Formats: sequence, C-alpha cells, structure tokens
Amino acid sequence: MKIAEWKEKVENHGCYDAVAEMLDRIEKSKLNAYITVCRDQALRMAEKYDRGELNGRLAGVPVAVKDNISTKDVLTTCASKILSNYRPVFDAHVVERLKHEGAIIIGKANMDEFAMGTTTETSYYGVVRNPYDLERVAGGSSGGSGAVVAADEAVLSLGSDTGGSIRCPASFCGVYGLKPTYGLVSRYGLIPYANSLEQIGPMADCIEDLALLLEVIAGKDVRDSTNAGREFRFVPDEKRLKVGIVKEMGGNDEVMGRFNEVVEVIKQHHEVGEVSMPSFKYALAAYYIIAMSEASSNLARYDGVRYGFALEKLDSWRRYFSKVRAEGFGEEVKRRIMLGSYALSAGYYGKYYLKAQKVRTLVIRDFRRAFEQYDVLISPTMPALPFKIGELADPLTMYKADVNTVPINLAGLPALSVPVGFVKKLPVGLQVIGNYFSENTLLNFGKQVSELWSG
Amino acid sequence: MDEVVIGLEVHVQLNKLRTKLFCSCPLNYHHSPPNTHVCPVCLGMPGAMPVINKEAVKAAIKVAIALNAEIQPFTVFDRKNYFYPDLPRGFQISQYDRPLALGGYVTIELDGEEKRIKLKRVHMEEDPGKLSYRGSITTAKYSLIDYNRSGAPLLEIVTEPVMNSPKEARLFLNKLRMILEYLDVFDGDLEGAMRVDANISLKGGGRVEVKNISSFKGVEKALSYEVMRQKNLLQRGRIVTRETRHFDEARNITVTLRSKEEEQDYRYFPEPDLVPILTEELVKEVEGTLPEMPEEKRERFKEQYGLGDNYAKVLILDVKMADYFEDVAKYVSPKLAASWIVDVLRGELNYRGWNFLKCREVLSPEEFARLMKYFEEERITEKGVVEVIRTKLDEGGDVEDIIKKKGLFAIPKEEIVRFCKEAIEENPKAVQDYLGGKKQALNFLVGQVMKKTRGRADPGETAKMLEELLA
Repeated sequence: MKIAEWKEKVENHGCYDAVAEMLDRIEKSKLNAYITVCRDQALRMAEKYDRGELNGRLAGVPVAVKDNISTKDVLTTCASKILSNYRPVFDAHVVERLKHEGAIIIGKANMDEFAMGTTTETSYYGVVRNPYDLERVAGGSSGGSGAVVAADEAVLSLGSDTGGSIRCPASFCGVYGLKPTYGLVSRYGLIPYANSLEQIGPMADCIEDLALLLEVIAGKDVRDSTNAGREFRFVPDEKRLKVGIVKEMGGNDEVMGRFNEVVEVIKQHHEVGEVSMPSFKYALAAYYIIAMSEASSNLARYDGVRYGFALEKLDSWRRYFSKVRAEGFGEEVKRRIMLGSYALSAGYYGKYYLKAQKVRTLVIRDFRRAFEQYDVLISPTMPALPFKIGELADPLTMYKADVNTVPINLAGLPALSVPVGFVKKLPVGLQVIGNYFSENTLLNFGKQVSELWSG
Repeated sequence: MDEVVIGLEVHVQLNKLRTKLFCSCPLNYHHSPPNTHVCPVCLGMPGAMPVINKEAVKAAIKVAIALNAEIQPFTVFDRKNYFYPDLPRGFQISQYDRPLALGGYVTIELDGEEKRIKLKRVHMEEDPGKLSYRGSITTAKYSLIDYNRSGAPLLEIVTEPVMNSPKEARLFLNKLRMILEYLDVFDGDLEGAMRVDANISLKGGGRVEVKNISSFKGVEKALSYEVMRQKNLLQRGRIVTRETRHFDEARNITVTLRSKEEEQDYRYFPEPDLVPILTEELVKEVEGTLPEMPEEKRERFKEQYGLGDNYAKVLILDVKMADYFEDVAKYVSPKLAASWIVDVLRGELNYRGWNFLKCREVLSPEEFARLMKYFEEERITEKGVVEVIRTKLDEGGDVEDIIKKKGLFAIPKEEIVRFCKEAIEENPKAVQDYLGGKKQALNFLVGQVMKKTRGRADPGETAKMLEELLA
C-alpha cells in the first residue's frame, strides 16, 4: 500500500479505524512477519492523529521497524533467544526521526537471528512466509520488513542491509528496498552484526514513499562516527543514463529471462553496455570473512549479566556465560562467531582478515572504474526466485545466494531493488547500483524502470 | 653481578579530564556510589556507539610530546577481544599496530648521573569496569561489577627493556608521574591512577611478566621480590620459565598466573565504529598550550628566585609544591620560603599523608607567608614556627590566634632591655657577685628576666644583654 492510498483510507475512516483494521489483519496473518506488535501504542498514536495532534511528514503512517533497531521500552530481540527479553533504554537515531515526523510504529519486524541469513529461517521466532506463496521464504535477513509492506501489514518499513538484507526481501516480496551509501543513515541504535558493512534503509511500495522515508532517516548524527553528515532530498529528473550490466552478477534461467526482458525495455530510453568486475569472484568469500570477524566481536557482549536472556542458577562466571551463550544463540549465529574468531586468530589474521580487506580494496577499485563509464550498474537482485522453506539447508548454498548483493556492501555503495513483475507467480527484483551518495539518481532511474515495466 | 633487565608497561588514567574516552559520562566518579556514572555507551549496550573524546586525544598528545615521542600522523583504534566480567562489550577499545606515538624517552637521575629510559610506544585505550566484593575476595559468594570506571581514558606507556634494577624502575615511575602532573592531565593520588605490568629477566633466565601492580611502591617491591626469586632459581641451577605472574600486594610476593602456552590471543582488528584520527592539526593546537616542564622550572627557580640547585631540585619534584612555593615567595624572601617548605613543611605533610593541595586548604600560602614574615622580623622563634605549623595542620585556626594563644610571639628587644634593667636594680647582691668575678651570678639574673617574661626571652640573648649592661 502506498502512502497516498493509506491517506485516502484515513480520510474516509479515520486513522484509528484504519490502524485497527491493519492490526486485525496482522493478528490473522499467516506470515509471521512481526515479533512484537505495538498494538496499544499504535492505537494511541492513531487517536492522537485523529485529534490533530500528530504532525510531520509521516504523520499517521504505520511503519514497521526491523527488530535489530533499538526502540525505547519496546522489545528489541534481534530474533534471538539471547535478547528475547531485552528492552532498550534508548531509541535508535532512525526511530527518533520516525517519531519526530509523526510516524506510527506498528511493530517490530521478524528477521534472521542477528541479521545472519538470507531467508529469515534462522529467527528464534520462526520463518517469515512469502505473501505470494506461503510455502516459500520472504527473503532475509529483513524478511519481516519486506513481507509487511507487500501484505499491507504496514505502509513502510525499515530494514538493515549488511550483505543484501534489504534488497533480498524486497526482491522476494515484490517491493522497493534501498541500501543507502555507507554513512548516509546513522547506525546509532542498530544492533550491530557487521558494522563496517551495514546500513539501515527504507522499504516501501513505490519509489516516492521510499524516497520520503529515506529523506526522514538520512542526515547528521554525531553519535555515529561513521556518519557522513549529509542530508537527502529527492529531486525528480528524467536524465538519459549510461547503464552498465555487470557480467559477474547473474542468476538462473528464470531470473535471467526476466532480467533480459527488462534490459530490452531500458535500452529504449538509456544507453546500455556491459562491464566486467574481475574482483567479484573473491567478493563473497571476502564479505563473509569480514562480516563474521566483526560479528564474533560484536556478539561477545551477550553474557546474560547486564541484560538479555539469563539463567536462574548462578555459577562461576566463565561457566555461567558459556551456558547462557550455548542456550541463547542459534546454530547459524554460533557458526559465524566461531568462523569469525578463527579468521581473526593469531597466525590466520593475515591469511583471512587482511586478505579479505585487500579484496575489498579491489572491489572498490573495480566499481570506481565502472562508474567512470556508467551512471548506474544493473543486475538481478537475487540469482533465483524465492526459495522454498527449508530449501537452503546447507549454509554454503545459502551464502552463495548473496553473490549479487555483497559486493555493494564491501564498497559501501548505494543499491536499490526494484520489482519487475512476476515469474511463475513469484516476484523478481532488479538491482540498481549507484556511485557514492547517488541515491537521487538511483531512485529516479528506479521510478522510470517501474513505470516502463508496468506501463 | 647478575644482569637484570626490566621493561615496564604503565597504564596511566588521564583522570583530570572532564569526561570518559568514548562517551560524555563525567570522570569524577571516584567518590560516587557504584554505577552512577554510566550510559549505554560505557555499559556496552547493543547499538550504542563510541565517539572519541577529542580532549582526551589532545591530552594524550600533550603527554607524547612531553615524553619526546614521535606522534604518528595517522592513528587507529582497535578491538582487543577477551572475555572478562568487568569488560561490558567483550572487547576493549585499544590501539594495536597504529598507536598514537612511537619512541621517546624519559631522563632520570641515577646515582648522580643522567640516564635516558627509552620508550617503545604510547597508545590510548579505555579502562574496564571494576569488580568488587562484599567482604573479601576469598570469602565473598559472588562478585559485583561497578562500571563507573568503564571507559575512563587510559594511556599505555611502554618502555624498552632498558632498566637494570627495581630502584631504576621506581625512579622512572616517579619521573613519569612528575611529568604527567606537570601537564595537568593526571592526579597520582586518585585510586587506580597508575597501574603497571613489568617484564623482568635475569641473564640466563626466561622473561617473566608481572601483572597487576597497582601502586608506585608496589613496583619496586614486586620487582625486588622477582629479582630475588629468579636469582635463587638460577643459583640452584634451575631454569626461570617464561610466564605471567601476578603481584599479590597484601603478601608482597608474586604468584604464577599462566604459562606462555596459555597466553591469550586477543584477535585484534580495527574498531569499525571509529574512524582513524589525523593528528597533525591537533598537535598544532596542543603545542601552544604545553606548560613549563620540570627542568625548565628548575632553571627558572634558580635564576628568578636565586635559589641554590639543592632547593630548586626538590621544589620542582612536585608541581603542587612548586606552585605553593611561588605563591609564598610573592610575599617573603624566596630563599627563606624555599628552606622552610623543603626542610619543614614537606616533612610535616608527608607525616600526615597530605599533599600540597590539601595543605593549601588548611594552611594557605598567604598565611604561611605571614608566618614567615613574623620569623623574618624575629617576632617568633624557629621552634615557635614549627609549633604553629603543626597546630595549624592538626587543629586549624588562625595563625595569629595560635601564636597569641600559645604565647609564641617573641618579646621586643626594648622590653627585654627594660626587664634586664629591672633585674639589675632589684638584685644588687647578685650584681656585686658578678662584678666581683662570680660568673654564675649572671645565670641568676638571666633566671629573673626569664621569670618576668614568662620564658619568652631567649636565654643566650638575655645573658649577652645583661653582660653589656653590667660592663
């Protein structure tokens, strides 16, 4: 549902009834897209809106927030048992921004545990189902954030993207999702998985809504030292662009079939060429080494002492925290902590972590070269259609599904996933990659593509 | 003589800064209840992010300059990963292969000669929290954690292994403390202000690291114990194994903590939530603000106040004492002030465990100067001055009141002359005896004068005066 459609509904029925209807839909939903639904709070805000007391650019608009983004006094679990009772004492920067603009936070969206996954199957709270096929996944790790926008269980949502976690569910759920340039949106309050790779980003049902949500959350925040201090404003334009197809980013026949059709349409309005990125064959490995290394350190703090899941029985500290972690973390999280710890160990650091950072430099170089020639780069967002639940049982197969999305995070670039119709009744997404802080170009190009495709 | 080689890692808390290293929690927690100086950042709450305190970097740069170290243009924070309950994030934000400064030295005076103690590096890091126990560490059922200290700014100063005795290590630390206090970034009297890890080896033995030495005095004790222990082992033909030991302050011994095989792997990597620091601009900003350092002060004291090196050398040892001296010297003869401060006041304060800041509160430089004035004018005797100082430090009160109450004002000369004349008039017999050659008779007359002045006259002076009057 677009904001415009929501506003019409609110005009006709009042915000309270519109929100109540949405809450009912959530309650009856089979998607399992929410971990926490903020029913009372949402209704109170809706009343406030109806009384004319809620102002701002998102006044009265229900927004879902991924459950790794801190919300004051509201459960923020990261879809992990270890944080299953954790209520932050502060709001994330982006949540402050939402509240400031009058948004109604309707709930906390389900996700892969600590954002580690591509299918939301690693959630302690169970898998999120795809709105177009309940036997299939909604993608991950922001699976809940993608599904709620597709199924009208929210109008907008926030996800986080470490290696494709916004773009993948956007693609699988047939909605728009943007991973902003690293540093455009403050990470303050985002519970970190891999700090050097991730960004919070918007998900929505149309480009205008996506742009508006990005305008709200982007901007200066001194609490995040990696924040670029830049604002974002959406300015429509219809420039003819040079579009590069990245040869190394592909997909299976079903996906490529659709991708090639889209390319043909793009060619009618833009100049299209091909570009090769030799470093990308190392990107997936480098991405996982860096992400897991940072994760192994980020997740060290969960020891059941100050907050989160705790054990009744006290023991020596070492035994106690080991037990808390053994019981509190899921299998995928443990795997990544162990692999990350290994990659950082003395004697292996140079072989893995440092080498991965070198690959990162090569990836950046390849992108830089490509952007000397092209304004935007395109590829299928995901190499396959939404997976069946349980289909990616083997971790390595799951990691490989991120092949088209991770190079963007290594380079810190912005990338957009635009829905380009359905194949076998399942959504397909087009990935559009831009140069640093070129979100405006991406969004305008995305808008054109979606108009051409539906038109 | 066995060759002893010692290197130190000194952790210095920049405890005079206003706020912590990565958050804006106030640093003045030393007398506060546990866990009252904390926030999401220093508690390591998920999603809270560190932001570098620029003042801390500037203070660190100040220290690095004063230690003659080479400040690196580009410096990076790293994560040092290890599990410990006082470490809320499961890692400490520290520096690894891109420290703030490399090299440098501290000059000490060893047996009358100057020696340069070379430094390896100076880097910044955060303090962990602190474990505390209800009752004693051995009997407590559980430990409690106080995070007030968590995130306090530390400097780690690492020396080369160039010291050859525990005494040398102590001299180095004293000098280091002096420099830090001059820079006004450090108060060595606060709890946990300085903690030391020491590496020590004897020729033919393995290197032993002694951790957790938390006081200045502890360093010399721990090292002396280690020298003795290692010497004994080597003399008996045993080997000194490479290991990490822990200094047990209560028993003044070191005990095995872990062997080399059990050394921790800290899995260092750059802290992704912080950006590298470019120091060039900061160095420029700091350079103009460097205060006068000890050696410069020593020379100035000699020149400006005409002090001998023996006094100048001692006065500059403690910047608080030097400042006190300068305030007193505004009013009275600097030489007089120097000798009384160095020879008397310093000892009285030491005896009470006080420093010159505490002294200021009780006996201000102005009051001390007034006391010196009375002494200069011979209105109070040396003994009297000491008594006033002691009374003042122990009981407080006003200098003049103390002098009056204790009857310490010396009697003016004219008055003593008058008493002498009276005594001569009133005791003709004694006068005749004296003039007749009986020298002891003078003592009787002195006694009479003392009686009249209730003991406030100087007996020697009185005798001289009587002699003159009777000549």
